[in-house]
Amino acid sequence: MNEHSLADWRAQFPILSRQVHGKPLVYLDNAATTQKPQAVLQAERYYYEQLNANIHRGVHALSQEATDAFELARDKIQHFLHAAHREEIIFTRGATESINLVAHSWGRSHLQPGDEILLTEMEHHANIVPWQILCEATGAQLKVVPIDARGGLVAGALQSLLTHKTKLVGVTHVSNALGTINPVAEIIRQAHAVGALVLVDGAQAVAHLAVDVQALDCDFYVFSSHKLYGPTGIGALYGKRSLLQDMPPYQGGGDMISQVTFAKTTYNQLPYKFEAGTPHIAGAVGLGAAIDFVQAVGLERIAAHEEHLLSYATEQALQFDGLTLIGTMPEKAGILSFVLKGVHPHDIGTILDNEGVAIRTGHHCAMPVMDHYDLAATARASFALYNTPEEVDALFHGLRRVQKLFLG
Amino acid sequence: MSDLRDLYQEVIFDHNRHPHNFGPLPHANRHADGFNPLCGDRLTLRLLVENGVIQEARFEGAGCAISTASASLMTDALKGKTEAEAHQLFAGFHQMVMGEPPAIDLGKLAVLAGVQEFPARVKCATLAWHTLTAALKNETTAVSTE
Repeated sequence: MNEHSLADWRAQFPILSRQVHGKPLVYLDNAATTQKPQAVLQAERYYYEQLNANIHRGVHALSQEATDAFELARDKIQHFLHAAHREEIIFTRGATESINLVAHSWGRSHLQPGDEILLTEMEHHANIVPWQILCEATGAQLKVVPIDARGGLVAGALQSLLTHKTKLVGVTHVSNALGTINPVAEIIRQAHAVGALVLVDGAQAVAHLAVDVQALDCDFYVFSSHKLYGPTGIGALYGKRSLLQDMPPYQGGGDMISQVTFAKTTYNQLPYKFEAGTPHIAGAVGLGAAIDFVQAVGLERIAAHEEHLLSYATEQALQFDGLTLIGTMPEKAGILSFVLKGVHPHDIGTILDNEGVAIRTGHHCAMPVMDHYDLAATARASFALYNTPEEVDALFHGLRRVQKLFLG
Repeated sequence: MSDLRDLYQEVIFDHNRHPHNFGPLPHANRHADGFNPLCGDRLTLRLLVENGVIQEARFEGAGCAISTASASLMTDALKGKTEAEAHQLFAGFHQMVMGEPPAIDLGKLAVLAGVQEFPARVKCATLAWHTLTAALKNETTAVSTE
């Protein structure tokens, strides 16, 4: 991305022009949530100003137009993920609900005592806890692929843990705490060889990497809109049609039925079988606009820009006295997780905030990763398409101030 | 800059670098574990209470400068206090970090008054005190700031 287009893309994000504590906002907490471009804000506003109605039922014009806008967003997600069929895209509240849907619906109807779910040590709590709840309910067992010192999966560990007992592998595409990009295509190939399904948590991936669920041959793929420059409270589950067809409903209610009597209810077809109740229609429309925005910028350009920022930041980090990077795999997305000798991450966060620099500090909802490194917390800077090398400089300027304050 | 200095006073850095009353207390008769799930900080507080008076207070754990300094200052302040006085001290400390005038004189604890300008850090400052409340009840499950 050249300087001219970077300034153009930045200008699309109104929040980036605000100040924090009298300093220009330097927003480096993109792995938590990204900021929203004008196009997304306008799409939501347009929906409420011009189209607002309930979907799939009304005969009036607004209902039809709202339905069209909602279903168009589904088509956009289908093409964005390169899914074969539009009914393979289920709207949810986000990646977390998508995983819970699979764990509840597929898991409870398919698992027996003695079956195994295989996760990795770098999973977000959202890809751990639903499986623990499922295991408690079904008598299945959780197994964990360990990570190594650099934050990659231990070589050969997956292969040795995969057995005929393994029914599903849950793996994050990109680690939110370490930045590691996992070799999901290879993981899927190995899992399928023993007959296990694979759910890929794409929450941290979709804004940074092009995803092709057919090329990956993954069984389930989940993501959240708000980490993809879209609204909060909406996201999607991709599932192979044959799997979704065999799964029982997740929640009951309106829209997911075809006929209801007190004697018996028949369920609607895909994808509506899994979409009970009035969904976040405006959010879906906003997500569609976010996908258009990302595709207009181009995921390849975004990835190249973020890689440039990450290597620039990594270079400075390696020369910074007392700084240790957590997560040093060669294959990384734009996440810089670190600790500073003698300073707790929470204190780093407060002092940087005072400089207008927003980073994340804590366990990043990945406590097992923290335990692996024997840490309570790390500081994490994460990049998006609108970040600049000057903002990386502001981060390190702030860190020097932290050291000066703390170490004298 | 000024408000950051209100939070991070030199006294707080001193207590962070060299916390008072840090380490085990083998003859303790009260103890509790505190946990701040937001940042993962953990703290174990041990007390020796005789005839309703806190004779000794020591802590262990890893936390940020604010929670470490707060635990250090708290354990200093507790020695010789009755359980009732300890509860009053927490009430006053809580008022101070929430930006209300404390009902009692807080002595050296007043160096943490700057926390009131940083709502995200109030839980760091109160972790040790919540743990104290649990220790006085001798609760064995970890107390959380959430």
